[in-house]
Amino acid sequence: MAGVGQLAASRQILVVVGPGGVGKTTLAASLAARTVVEIGGSVLVLTVDPARRLASALGLSRFGNETVEVPTELFTRAGVRPRGSLHVAMLDTKAAWDGLIHRHAPDEQTEQAILANPLYRNIASTFVASHDYVAMEELYELHRLGRYDLIVVDTPPARRAIDFLEAPSRMVEFFGSPLLAWLTMPGRSRSSGFAQRPFHLVANRLIGSTFLADIAEFFLLFQSMYEGFVDRSDAVSAVFGERLAGFVVVSTLEREPVVEAEFLCDELERRELEIGAVVANRVLPEGLRDDAAASAARRLAAAPESVVDRLGNQGLDHLGLVLAELADNYLRYRSVAAEEVALSERLAARAGAWATVPLRASGVSDLAGLLEIGRHLWVGL
Amino acid sequence: MLAARRGSRTLLVDIDGGGDLGHRFGVEPVRYQPTEVQPSLFAMAMNTEDSLREYLHSRLRLPAVVPLGPLGAVLDFVANAAPGVREILTVGKIAHDARERRWDLIVVDASATGHVVAHLAVPGAMAGLIPIGPILDDSAWIRDLLRDRTFTGAVIVSRPEEMAVEETIELAASLMAQSDVELAGVVMNRVLPELFSHAEETTFEALSAGSVRSVVEETVGGPIGPLVDAARLAVERRRSGAAQTARLRSALDAGVELTHVPEVWGEHVGLALTSRLADALDDEWG
Repeated sequence: MAGVGQLAASRQILVVVGPGGVGKTTLAASLAARTVVEIGGSVLVLTVDPARRLASALGLSRFGNETVEVPTELFTRAGVRPRGSLHVAMLDTKAAWDGLIHRHAPDEQTEQAILANPLYRNIASTFVASHDYVAMEELYELHRLGRYDLIVVDTPPARRAIDFLEAPSRMVEFFGSPLLAWLTMPGRSRSSGFAQRPFHLVANRLIGSTFLADIAEFFLLFQSMYEGFVDRSDAVSAVFGERLAGFVVVSTLEREPVVEAEFLCDELERRELEIGAVVANRVLPEGLRDDAAASAARRLAAAPESVVDRLGNQGLDHLGLVLAELADNYLRYRSVAAEEVALSERLAARAGAWATVPLRASGVSDLAGLLEIGRHLWVGL
Repeated sequence: MLAARRGSRTLLVDIDGGGDLGHRFGVEPVRYQPTEVQPSLFAMAMNTEDSLREYLHSRLRLPAVVPLGPLGAVLDFVANAAPGVREILTVGKIAHDARERRWDLIVVDASATGHVVAHLAVPGAMAGLIPIGPILDDSAWIRDLLRDRTFTGAVIVSRPEEMAVEETIELAASLMAQSDVELAGVVMNRVLPELFSHAEETTFEALSAGSVRSVVEETVGGPIGPLVDAARLAVERRRSGAAQTARLRSALDAGVELTHVPEVWGEHVGLALTSRLADALDDEWG
């Protein structure tokens, strides 16, 4: 089966999705870095929440709102010659929201009114779904500017990564709701509705008319941007429908992440979106599937003293114990590796491209480490 | 499970509703109404719609079965629209049960790291947004409950890996800065055992190469290279995990207890796994 390389060559956007904690950010960076070496062009990795160590691996003291180019020396130091350039940007939710308001607001006055509204400030910083939405927006904006040949996106950590995909349509639904229209209707005609009365009563007693009025005002301001939101949402959907974009589903080979990754694949298929590749991350070494070694380990575990007898005393302390631990450890890891094989078969069937990245004892600390992971992405099966 | 075993009437709450708590106890998926999954241990899945209904019922004396019709959609919309309504319904429901003293202990499986502080900070944020009304009153007492260190504490569960430790340090800091909840402890989960002692490691090095290795391979009749590689992997993972644990320890306040739960190997799933982890916590906490 092909690796991820072909996908990177034929798409303009690769969205890295998967359950939380499976290494999406590192893989997104590795994929982008390797693309620069293998294919070239101008490649951007858009990340949401990088660890400090990843930033320093990319030669940056820290990520900011601005896009930064990774210095060429870093590639040279890692022993490769880049064919293009690697850029990194981090999503700043608040700044992205402000930019969004700026783009969609019909006039300066509305923009200022929205930015000053306490409800807006609350939405931009704490409203959970808003992170997903602006990530999608920012991605579209970067794509539209056309500065990059490939954009690799690391999606926000969501319990259900699918939230990210649904964000634009949910936002449109939200602003297009008939209730919103009612809320923002002038006061007098509002009282006449049949269905609205109980709501008004309930809402009034619950949160007071002042807050209700605040909400209404906020939505009234936002409604002036409705057209903009709809257009954008359609445009974003179009990008994903046109096969300019591909999804890379990442998972570790543990039961729960795999179940979540399968759910994600189902949802992508249901939306007729292309699962470009599935990547299994942190996979145990192949030596654990060696049957001859397994037999040796079983014999060793059963009778370590026979080896001790053969070796005699060579000044080796705790020899029997070490031999037993050596065998037990292998067999323990082997049973986990066997489970991994079963899980990987389930996942590999889901996409045209498949790659496995081996487990590392410790995190990635430099570009060479990222490129090494990227090399595995290219290999396939 | 440990609390219930020790005689506390315990409620376990799944915030996301997708965590499949039932599976952890070998029963059907749990719902909003708490069900007893083990002796003295009850589990429920949070659902903001049910929580809102319950709230309206108790607070506004609305009949439990409101002629919903369009109102259902309206309520749903409000929960979606007004920022923080969903969050306060979640926190509010739990706080309400806590205040009623229906349980000796409530354990909440919180939302994902990025969202949990928003959840806990919402009573404070509400107070800033809504000037009057029952929600404001409720926000006030909920905040007091969260602030009370003898009543509420946050436990962060981490793993001995770089990213997890990084997130834990950030979460501990933002809990302190943005919420009223005290960090009661950190649990380091899936800690790998030490494979070899120092003396054993010398022996292992001698075994892994040269003539000693060939004698071993002859005796057991097979290659031991993969065994040696697996042992090296285990040793390196343990070492890097220990370094991450040390990093976390030094980043946390000295008063915060760090509990280690060992990796559970093999086929343990569902109830068996839950039970093993409860045993491990029991050992640690004595």
